Amino acid sequence: MEEDFRKGEGRPQLLDLIPNERDWMVKDVGGGGKCFGVSEEKKLELRLGLPGGEDWPAVKEKREEHSIQSALSLGHYSKVSKTICTNPSPVGAKRGFLDTVESKTEVFQQQQPGFLQLQAKGKELSQKTNGRAEQQSLEKKACGSPAAHGSAAAPCGDGAGANNSSQTRTAPTPVVGWPPIRSFRRNLASISKPSLESQNGGPETAVKFENGRKGLFVKINMDGIPIGRKVDLKAYDSYEKLSLAVGELFQGLLAAQRDPLTAGTQKNAEQKQAITGLLDGSGEYTLVYEDDEGDRMLVGDVPWDMFVSTAKRLRVLKSSELSASSLGAVSRKRTAT
Amino acid sequence: MAEDEDGGRGGAGCGDGAGDGDGGADAPPPFSDRVLENVLENVLQFLSSPRDRNAASLVCRSWYRAEAQTRRELFIGNCYAVSPRRATERFRRIRAVVLKGKPRFADFNLVPNNWGAHFHPWVSAMAAAYPWLEKLCLKRISVADSDLFLLAHSFPNFKELSLICCEGFGTAGLAAIAEKCRHLRVLDLIEDYVEDEEDETMDWISRFPETTTSLESLGFDCVGSAVNFEALEALVARSPALWRLRVNHHVSVEQLRRLMARAPQLTHLGTGSFGSAAAAAPLLQGGGSSVVDLAWTFAASKSLVCLSGFRDVEPHYLPAIYPVCDNLTSLNFSFAEIAAEELKPVIRRCHNLQNFLVLDTVGDEGLQAVAATCKDLRELKVFPLDAREDSEGSVSDVGLIAISEGCRKLRSILYFCQQMTNSAVITMSQNCQDLMVFRLCIMGLHRPDHRTGEPMDEGFGAIVRNCKKLRRLAVSGLLTDKAFAYIGEYGKLVRTLSVAFAGNSDLGLRYVLEGCNKLQKLEIRDSPFGDSALLSGLHHYYNMRFVWMSSCKLSSRGCKEVAQMLPRLVVEVIRDRDEDHDNEAVSKLYMYRSLAGSRNDAPSFVEIL
Repeated sequence: MEEDFRKGEGRPQLLDLIPNERDWMVKDVGGGGKCFGVSEEKKLELRLGLPGGEDWPAVKEKREEHSIQSALSLGHYSKVSKTICTNPSPVGAKRGFLDTVESKTEVFQQQQPGFLQLQAKGKELSQKTNGRAEQQSLEKKACGSPAAHGSAAAPCGDGAGANNSSQTRTAPTPVVGWPPIRSFRRNLASISKPSLESQNGGPETAVKFENGRKGLFVKINMDGIPIGRKVDLKAYDSYEKLSLAVGELFQGLLAAQRDPLTAGTQKNAEQKQAITGLLDGSGEYTLVYEDDEGDRMLVGDVPWDMFVSTAKRLRVLKSSELSASSLGAVSRKRTAT
Repeated sequence: MAEDEDGGRGGAGCGDGAGDGDGGADAPPPFSDRVLENVLENVLQFLSSPRDRNAASLVCRSWYRAEAQTRRELFIGNCYAVSPRRATERFRRIRAVVLKGKPRFADFNLVPNNWGAHFHPWVSAMAAAYPWLEKLCLKRISVADSDLFLLAHSFPNFKELSLICCEGFGTAGLAAIAEKCRHLRVLDLIEDYVEDEEDETMDWISRFPETTTSLESLGFDCVGSAVNFEALEALVARSPALWRLRVNHHVSVEQLRRLMARAPQLTHLGTGSFGSAAAAAPLLQGGGSSVVDLAWTFAASKSLVCLSGFRDVEPHYLPAIYPVCDNLTSLNFSFAEIAAEELKPVIRRCHNLQNFLVLDTVGDEGLQAVAATCKDLRELKVFPLDAREDSEGSVSDVGLIAISEGCRKLRSILYFCQQMTNSAVITMSQNCQDLMVFRLCIMGLHRPDHRTGEPMDEGFGAIVRNCKKLRRLAVSGLLTDKAFAYIGEYGKLVRTLSVAFAGNSDLGLRYVLEGCNKLQKLEIRDSPFGDSALLSGLHHYYNMRFVWMSSCKLSSRGCKEVAQMLPRLVVEVIRDRDEDHDNEAVSKLYMYRSLAGSRNDAPSFVEIL
């Protein structure tokens, strides 16, 4: 599928968002058909931007947290122009490609130009071979308001740009209060107890969880299983026990997914494949966790007590999906407090 | 103009009567009029709807007085629209008050802390004016423990307290209510933030009277701290009138069984965790309840029609509710992370379900199962497990279409998804003609129709066009001004409109303000509407309860102009902490009609123009 281009408005331009200012700086960038530029007086030019295909593998691992692809689309105001493609189609040479969606929308002249929608969209679809659960579509959008971060602006255009974009762990700036869910519902996807917290008036929803006497429940998800579970880290005193427990926890779920008919009959334990080798990389799955700084780490690297105090959530990944470069463990994150 | 305060669905009707302002301080009427008024009072006491009463109060001064004497329920949709003193001076015999405070976007952290909506001035005024107050319902009000103390001590006949989305109080306040309100029938805490300082949690359940209580409804599912279970069980045992009980997640399924055994007459049950205590502490608890035991307990609760809770549900316990499924009219699974396979056997039995809340973990498949069985469904809410704009979506247009085909009587839907198609929304608009509330939240920002790539204009256009009873609408996804043109043209009954990240230009807002003449509540965020659009609504703002606009393209100049043109409108500009006060751009605007003028409790970050 092809992208539409507006004709003859000059070279493609790189959009650079500067926080807290409404003026957009315009930089020129070479390379074909990548980006958007805007200036307040001129008509706005809209293009779909695709980083080169060679950037794909470098950012592949970060599929969960980062936007892989980026393209800028601009809410754009011109009576004359009729075509805008608002959906970029990332072309990945290696990855299964995703259908491009095109749209032609009418746009209206706006008196105050410059309302910008920055769309950085990354999509990956491994459609045929992998299961439904492996499909992830990432989309990252930031409004063209002072809240937009520079990190969102970086992607676009040449390969270097795309490389920079998704490396930062905190790239997607969460929009305050979006989606419109009350705080105690937000906690469902993170920590177990839907404990209510006070409205801080800030964008972060601080989550209280009970330490000390009560259990330290953290959410654990497993690749391929949509439903997460919770484990109480305080119930274990070593990595081995945790690993065993996690293995047991998901055995049943995994078996149920493979063969729904036999799921629920707890009798034939032998038929279920034990999940082993979570810690040493020898098994089909590997256990990782997210710490309080948001980094993803291999479970087992730090002393147990430190792990318990810093782990915020766990995840069981397919070992084949794991790549050393995606984990903080390789970069030997400083564990000194 | 006849100002009907908080008009719409019912207001306090503190607008001026046919005569002068207050109507309460003039000379007593002549004898014959007084007789007439007595007769009138006897007649008017049968009028219950606030809107009817508002209308009656405008007929003439005499009717105004008679109505004021006979009104028993006071509804105040915006606590800043009228002063407590004025309300209590006009209406002298109030027994029940409904009071609402903060704008709804406060639920999503868009309103800074300490913005206002304090209960204190109201409870103080009411304590003096309404000693016979029986019922109080507060929504999005900031309630302090001291306010609850005052309440508990001031109203000897107090019977019903409902706190919805409130904050600022803790277990100490609850203890005061439990202890002092000896005739308490209802204590419903719904989605409040109940917070105590560290280690100051009080055992408020133990404070209820030791004798048989008149409790009918007790709901504390939002309270974060555990309650004294033995005391709770004893309380339930000595409350024979109890028909609604909603416990929090600290109550395990074993404990739930004990409670249910004490109160087999319950009709509404909030089940707490619905997980076994044994799971959390296997060594302490021994074996947990078996599903069979639990099922027997449910079988004995023949009256149950409403189930909620399921906060930490262990799916293998779900079959225990089968005995009551067929009687259920309301089921809230919105905290239960269950998959379609776990939902299906339950929902298959719920033929009479009218209200269903669920998490999107059940997927389209789960929704299809709902559509296949719940032919009487009136209200559906599908919440996201992972509420981020880039999370994986589990439900989609497929689920929406299925629901629309199976549940033709649907009146209200709230649907969170990652992406949607116009054709699915159009299908719903055609199948569900009774829709009064349509709230679609496409979590991905500016997401177009994922099949055609077009904006979602046509979908929402079809909703307003086909669903002729539509009163509440929330839009999302990629939307151009065209969508708003549709809304303005066809959404003639729309009272509440929520807009986020939508529209191209001022035209969008203009279409709405000029077209939707029943509009009362408008909340907009992150949309490119500027001053000229704001000014296009001047003819209508007095008819509205409030307008909220945040992260739009408003400036001080425009907002000031509105404030000048409409003196009875309070125009608040709310600035975030780190925002420059001289900034011309207005990031948050909240404006509302008011008889009270600028409020005197505005914090420093609020500027009233």
